[in-house]
Amino acid sequence: MMDYAVVIDGLSKKFGAFAAVDGISLKVEYGEIFGFLGANGAGKTTAIRMLCGLLQPTSGTGTVNGFDINREYEKIKPSIGYMSQKFSLYGDLTGRENLQFYGTVYGLRGGRLKGRIAELVDGLSLDEFIDRPTGALPVGWRQRIALAAAILHRPRIVFLDEPTGGVDPVFRRRFWEILYRLADDGTNLFVTTHYMDEAEFCSRISIMHRGKIVVVGRPRELVASRGLRNLQETFISLISEQGTDG
Amino acid sequence: MSVLEVTRLFKRYHGLTAVDGFSMAVEAGRIVAVAGPDGAGKTSLFRAACGLIDFDSGDVTVGGISVKTGMGRIKPLMGYMPQSFSLYPDLSVEENLRFYAGLFGVSGDVFASRRERLYRFSGLEPFVKRRAGNLSGGMKQKLALSCALIHQPSVLILDEPTTGVDPLSRQQFWDILMSLRRDGAAVIVATPYMDEVALADRVVFMHAGKKLAEGTPDELRRLYSGGIYRLALEPTAERMALLSGIEGVAPYRFGADVHIYVPPDMSGGELAARLADSGFGDAPVERIEAGLEDVFIQLMSGQ
Repeated sequence: MMDYAVVIDGLSKKFGAFAAVDGISLKVEYGEIFGFLGANGAGKTTAIRMLCGLLQPTSGTGTVNGFDINREYEKIKPSIGYMSQKFSLYGDLTGRENLQFYGTVYGLRGGRLKGRIAELVDGLSLDEFIDRPTGALPVGWRQRIALAAAILHRPRIVFLDEPTGGVDPVFRRRFWEILYRLADDGTNLFVTTHYMDEAEFCSRISIMHRGKIVVVGRPRELVASRGLRNLQETFISLISEQGTDG
Repeated sequence: MSVLEVTRLFKRYHGLTAVDGFSMAVEAGRIVAVAGPDGAGKTSLFRAACGLIDFDSGDVTVGGISVKTGMGRIKPLMGYMPQSFSLYPDLSVEENLRFYAGLFGVSGDVFASRRERLYRFSGLEPFVKRRAGNLSGGMKQKLALSCALIHQPSVLILDEPTTGVDPLSRQQFWDILMSLRRDGAAVIVATPYMDEVALADRVVFMHAGKKLAEGTPDELRRLYSGGIYRLALEPTAERMALLSGIEGVAPYRFGADVHIYVPPDMSGGELAARLADSGFGDAPVERIEAGLEDVFIQLMSGQ
């Protein structure tokens, strides 16, 4: 049996009569960088909250890291990593102090924590700025520290919420080089974004609209299948033909 | 003729130079996109251009009048949209518009007719009673733009108006900019998105307070030195290690493909030969056009 990072089947979440997530199904493998796309308000955030064990589905089944999202959601939380662009680092503390703080939150301490931080400083090339207060650092550097904080406890799935959206291309490419290395080590990176320039770096993507997944596939194949030039145009044409809410 | 001119502008904060001798000009009926990394000085430049902050030296003129001496006359000509959401979240769409109209002395029938036009323009019509704080990201930005347009400015300064907005809403926002352009407005817009940069008449790449490059999108694309080839192969760690061993080229992952940078003095045939030597003789390779993003990265890296 294939060892999937995320398997969901008919997952729904209703708020009253409104179906924020309307029966989505998906299989995502370890080692895969999966882009979970959709316009503002498509239901991405609600779906992710269910996958992270923060919100109970109204119906549907699934597992994340092998844990049942209906029954074992408490076990999901500590088994995953989460990073968003709004990820809160303490600006007055240095990067290293931030990592020490988050390490203790995950129950790491002493020599083990120190060793893990040294490993991340090396692996994510943080040495140049790890001992400076994070508040004064450029966004691209802060994001690398935020990623280090999210993977301190070696999660096999990391949820990344618009990790590099709106960031300049130089920083973005460096950041993605790091993500590719993590994927090589067997980590599943589950990226939510509505930035097509981020989505292009994913190995596979899905596009969500009005609570449903309208398409899943490799970025280049999706573009080719519609005969368009890029993912941006593909996204717009797919969403437009579904109709908009304004 | 240029409507807005920025000449050798310097802006320092506590010894830090945010804008470092920067010059640019915008003509009527033209859109100039300014792209640059965080901290490049875009926001300082825009604020100085609107007369919102003092600067150390240089000048900004609008219609030939300096912001240093003629702000009173310039203000009615300018529309500014700051980067952060600047509307009143507790006021409705209509109330926000009315408030901004009041600031510029637009009232009565004039206000009513402009309001109707802006509603049609922006697609805000169905949401006029909705509180601004409850609008979607894209709609918020269209309302902010409408507020900046209520006094019919001839120069528009937009600081990352589409950051955080989904692709469809971004396209609709640019449709509005294009129609303002047809009406003869001079527009300066900062954006981190290269797809938007490609739509502008002129582009300025800004870095460390200075101009890195300027030109039409096509002119900037031609600045790229070397070539990019796409190898349609799953970029496994093993393959990447093998490709990295090929001398003189720089492979990098790009989603489900590998892209290979080839320096200007190497031909496609030479690349094919080297790929074959490393066991990639059968791999599908095609040359792809360098995008504005590639140009930007190359220019930045050369710094």
